[in-house]
Amino acid sequence: MANLLVQGTQMLLVLALAPLLTGLVRKAKARLTRRRGASVLQPYRDLARLMRKEVVLAENASWLFRVVPYLVFAATWVAAALVPTFATGLIFSWSADLIAITALIGSARFFLALAGMDVGTSFGGLGSSREVMISSLAEPAMIMIVFSLALVAHSTQLSTIASVMLAGVGLRVSLALALVALLMVAVAENGRIPVDNPSTHLELTMVHEAMVLEYSGRHLALIELAAQLKLLLFLSLVACVFVPWGLAPVGAGPSAMVLGMATYGGKLAVGALLVAVFETSIAKMRVFRVPDFLGAALMLGLLGTLLLFVSGIL
Amino acid sequence: MSEAAFATRLLLNGQLLVALVAVVALLALGLLGVAMASRPAGRSLIYGGALAVTLVAGLSALTAIAAPPAGIVLPLGIPWIGAHLRLDALSAFFLAVVNLGGAAASLYGLGYGRHDHAPARVLPFFPAFLAGMNMVLLADDAYTFLLSWEFMSLASWALVVAHDKEAGNVRAGLVYILMASFGTLALMLAFGLLAAGSGGGYAFDAMREAPPVGIAAALVLALAMLGAGSKAGLVPLHVWLPLAHPAAPSHVSALMSGVMTKVAVYGFIRIVLDLSGPPDWWWGIPVLAAGGVAAVIGVLQALLQNDIKRVLAYSTIENIGLVFVGLGLALAFSANGFPAAAALALTAALFHVLNHAAMKSLLFFGAGAVLTATGTRQMEDLGGLIHRMPVTSAVMLIGCAAISALPPLNGFASEWLVFQAVLLSPDLPAWGLRLMVPAVGALMALAAALAAACFVRLYGIAFLGRARSPNAAEAHEVDAFSRAAMIALAAVCVGAGLLPGLFIDALQPAVAGLIGETMPSQRSVAWLSIIPVAESRSSYNALLVFGFSAVSALIAAVVIHRFASRAVRRAPPWDCGFPNASPLAQYSAASFAQPIRRVFARGLFAARETVEMPPPGALTPARISTSARDPAWAFLFLPLTAAVGAVAERANKLQYLTIRQYLGLVFSALVLLLLVLALWT
Amino acid sequence: MIEHAITPNLVFDVAHLFAGALVLISFLMLYQDRLYALLNVFALQAVALALAVAWQAYAQDAPHLYLTAFIALVFKALVIPVALHRMVARLGIHREVETVVATGPTMLAGIALVALSMVVMLKATPAADALAREDLAFALSVVLLGLLMMVTRRNAVSQVVGFMSLENGLILAATGARGMPLVVEISVAFSVLIAFIVIGIFLFRIRERFDTVDVDALDRFRGGRA
Repeated sequence: MANLLVQGTQMLLVLALAPLLTGLVRKAKARLTRRRGASVLQPYRDLARLMRKEVVLAENASWLFRVVPYLVFAATWVAAALVPTFATGLIFSWSADLIAITALIGSARFFLALAGMDVGTSFGGLGSSREVMISSLAEPAMIMIVFSLALVAHSTQLSTIASVMLAGVGLRVSLALALVALLMVAVAENGRIPVDNPSTHLELTMVHEAMVLEYSGRHLALIELAAQLKLLLFLSLVACVFVPWGLAPVGAGPSAMVLGMATYGGKLAVGALLVAVFETSIAKMRVFRVPDFLGAALMLGLLGTLLLFVSGIL
Repeated sequence: MSEAAFATRLLLNGQLLVALVAVVALLALGLLGVAMASRPAGRSLIYGGALAVTLVAGLSALTAIAAPPAGIVLPLGIPWIGAHLRLDALSAFFLAVVNLGGAAASLYGLGYGRHDHAPARVLPFFPAFLAGMNMVLLADDAYTFLLSWEFMSLASWALVVAHDKEAGNVRAGLVYILMASFGTLALMLAFGLLAAGSGGGYAFDAMREAPPVGIAAALVLALAMLGAGSKAGLVPLHVWLPLAHPAAPSHVSALMSGVMTKVAVYGFIRIVLDLSGPPDWWWGIPVLAAGGVAAVIGVLQALLQNDIKRVLAYSTIENIGLVFVGLGLALAFSANGFPAAAALALTAALFHVLNHAAMKSLLFFGAGAVLTATGTRQMEDLGGLIHRMPVTSAVMLIGCAAISALPPLNGFASEWLVFQAVLLSPDLPAWGLRLMVPAVGALMALAAALAAACFVRLYGIAFLGRARSPNAAEAHEVDAFSRAAMIALAAVCVGAGLLPGLFIDALQPAVAGLIGETMPSQRSVAWLSIIPVAESRSSYNALLVFGFSAVSALIAAVVIHRFASRAVRRAPPWDCGFPNASPLAQYSAASFAQPIRRVFARGLFAARETVEMPPPGALTPARISTSARDPAWAFLFLPLTAAVGAVAERANKLQYLTIRQYLGLVFSALVLLLLVLALWT
Repeated sequence: MIEHAITPNLVFDVAHLFAGALVLISFLMLYQDRLYALLNVFALQAVALALAVAWQAYAQDAPHLYLTAFIALVFKALVIPVALHRMVARLGIHREVETVVATGPTMLAGIALVALSMVVMLKATPAADALAREDLAFALSVVLLGLLMMVTRRNAVSQVVGFMSLENGLILAATGARGMPLVVEISVAFSVLIAFIVIGIFLFRIRERFDTVDVDALDRFRGGRA
């Protein structure tokens, strides 16, 4: 019962915090470039505004185009709900392990890429085409990272991995490699600088934004919310695997839960700050430089896995 | 055959009887097809008959998986051997796959066959092809096996060249028959080695009792990989597959890609895991390597094709690669003393066999439906079919999602199991395997991601967007039989995806027969989850993931429609200031693949793009042309054929000798043979 | 596989992590496509090396290793990169790293080399502690990756960097083994310095004579390549 409560709280928590996180990143970026920036609550206002607006649908959009936002949102939300944020005892954590979570994110992208091609404009095709190129390297890199973690923890269950990490496994080169690779994949998956620019509106450089160019109103709101959830998901993933301190263990009392939430909030804030610093200090790369970047992530993940396989220390 | 062997012989049971009757009935249907081909009723009779026979045979085979093995020796074939037939759990599983796939193809053929302009060239061979595949699975001695194998190859060859007027089909048939003969030769040699160990016994029982050792066993493995691998489509023996599978009528393509490749997998399993005795520690390595390479090369090639059926054929190579990765892991685990892990890997491979049979048949049916509706298989002429063919589009979406390994569908379930098996392999003691397995795991992950890209491309270009040709703009939904076949297969994809535990449990008798160990029973697991090893290690519950996502999507939809806005307005799409863009300005199949072509296909596939830009003021359009090669052709087959040609050129001189010289040749050959005989003993 | 005790030995872990960092930085060097960035990454590797050596000095209680760390820090992290920076600027060398093989295949080859050195080292020293063996394997990997870099780069400056990264691997191996005398290290350090000077002069000479620092240009004059 307690686990069910934790699960429910987590589902609502991620949904509530996701826009705030994006607002925080935007605010920090603005401050770093000596602008005042919008309030950290601005993403909530944007979402509310989009929800209330009517949907302007392209003339030959099919049913798929209208269903996809809900699918993308649901898949991302479910994935985000399965990553331990403040406590490990999630009741449904066994329904999908880290491989399945990766695949769920992959499903969301699959449908979004299809939706990009539905209307039949060149921008949508361009976005989808580039998106699948990026994901064709980011996904195997992610699987390699999962392998590294799973080999250390002897499990692909995120809750188990988190508790193994919490118990401490020492400093491991393979984990360091996995962390670097995970950060690179997270940058690519979330379409952040230097892989993609979430605030660009220049068609030639867009990837994600080009794909969703035809969306408007509530559909766009859902897709934006899904993107914010995805950023939250990756930050939570890094937090729960590499800085698991403060996570409330299974069956912990209310005080541990509150402490877990507080530390989680702290981790997210630090993460948002780091994202902002990273993004302001680096320039976007050319599209055809991205494969090198992600190829490096794949190699690092593979190297980490290989080390674990060969050394057999763990 | 000795009396003792007769004494231990297995008895005929009901399921074996059904299978035998089914083979006879299918052969009879083939003969009937010769007679009835020209009459209008012939089509419904043949396909309807095949549907009934395969459906019964398939359901009976399903019940035979858990039944004890049955066998019979028929007084056919070579007099002193007879035809040994046997139905054990493994052949029963594959029989079920073949016959249920065959039933779906027959159902589809009832409608699709109406558009066939040369029924006389299809109707006799379709049931014969099904009978051939059934016979391979029942054979229990080398002679019957090879005979059935050849029968299957020839029947499918006849179907490949059925439409011989279409460009390229005759060449496809030629390449196919050459490769099939080569494969049979390799298998014949493999059986020869196996029989040599047992003192010349051609029955599988005799081979099992005296498995080959040392170098002979290694040779058997190599020959089985060549023989069964060439039929299954392992790189570099795959070259016939993307030519032959698309050339056949679509329901036969589905059978060849979805089902016949599985018969080849069966042949490999039967020879290597059953007849060759306990495997050596290194046997997994070549199988893993071949599987990993086939997976990546297959899917990359699929991404470069513009013909829907060729995309699907290359994707078959990818999936066969995945199956072989599972088999390689099973070999490695069972050879190194990890039977539980081996059971997991083999289950994953067999489950993927089933899943791929369902989804690839579904996709080929869909491609056939598109072909019927628009008259073309070229993606560049399609588009917007989701508006014109709602049912086909919906089931194709399920097929594409399933083969892209998206949860909660079946492709993901089997791939997830393979990944779990990979994660068990750090326990393996050998260095080679420890280096190999993570590399193959990375190749698999790459192949899975590229497969998703490939099927986004296929579906997005062919079914979404705007129609690129008048034919696509006026397409019509296909007939009810075709739709029924596709819906049935889509249901299998969803069912196997949501309830993988049931399928895994059903496979266990076949796994136990080969490995001697089974996966833990999934029936008792709470909430219908699957747990391959232990709950703390990994578990997956497709039903819950699906339900969870569906409820979340519903909540979002209801909340938004209730409390926010539900207004919709139709408007022209954003045109960036260039109104009324032609449908040809959409992303095309070639342009969609461009980033991936540039990233992955430049070196190995020598993918090139050339742009012809007319000078300013000229009225001709600019053109871009892309080219890519298949490395197997460039590095193996073209040099090989060139060498054969050169040798033939030399040998040509032998045509112009005098009688005395001919006699001399014969004489020296005789002396040489006598010398060999003298020195041999 | 056995469940492991938590944090077997922090001292070893940290040393191990530094060694791993050196390998990681070697990969970063393979990935760079700008000369200045390459020099910066090289300086980073030198810093990592200095930290690794200093940690060894602390762990083995061998004060002379602090000197080695200091030398690494001053020369390799500061003097040489700065000098090379200026050299690149003065020579007006094209600032892109000119590769013979593309980045992707090079990284793949790098992975294979690391795997190879793991296998070789783990087999060659079965008696040693597992982590120490892995340290040796990392050192060998750094050496091999340095070599790989020299093989796959056209530009003489990046070849120099590859050579010095190789030498970093040697120092890592030397300090990892207990009781290596200081004399050897100084000689190693000096040999690098000399090599650096030689190659530096060499660069100027090529530049003067042939107006390029592309090593292939030499081959052309030797008649090695058409």
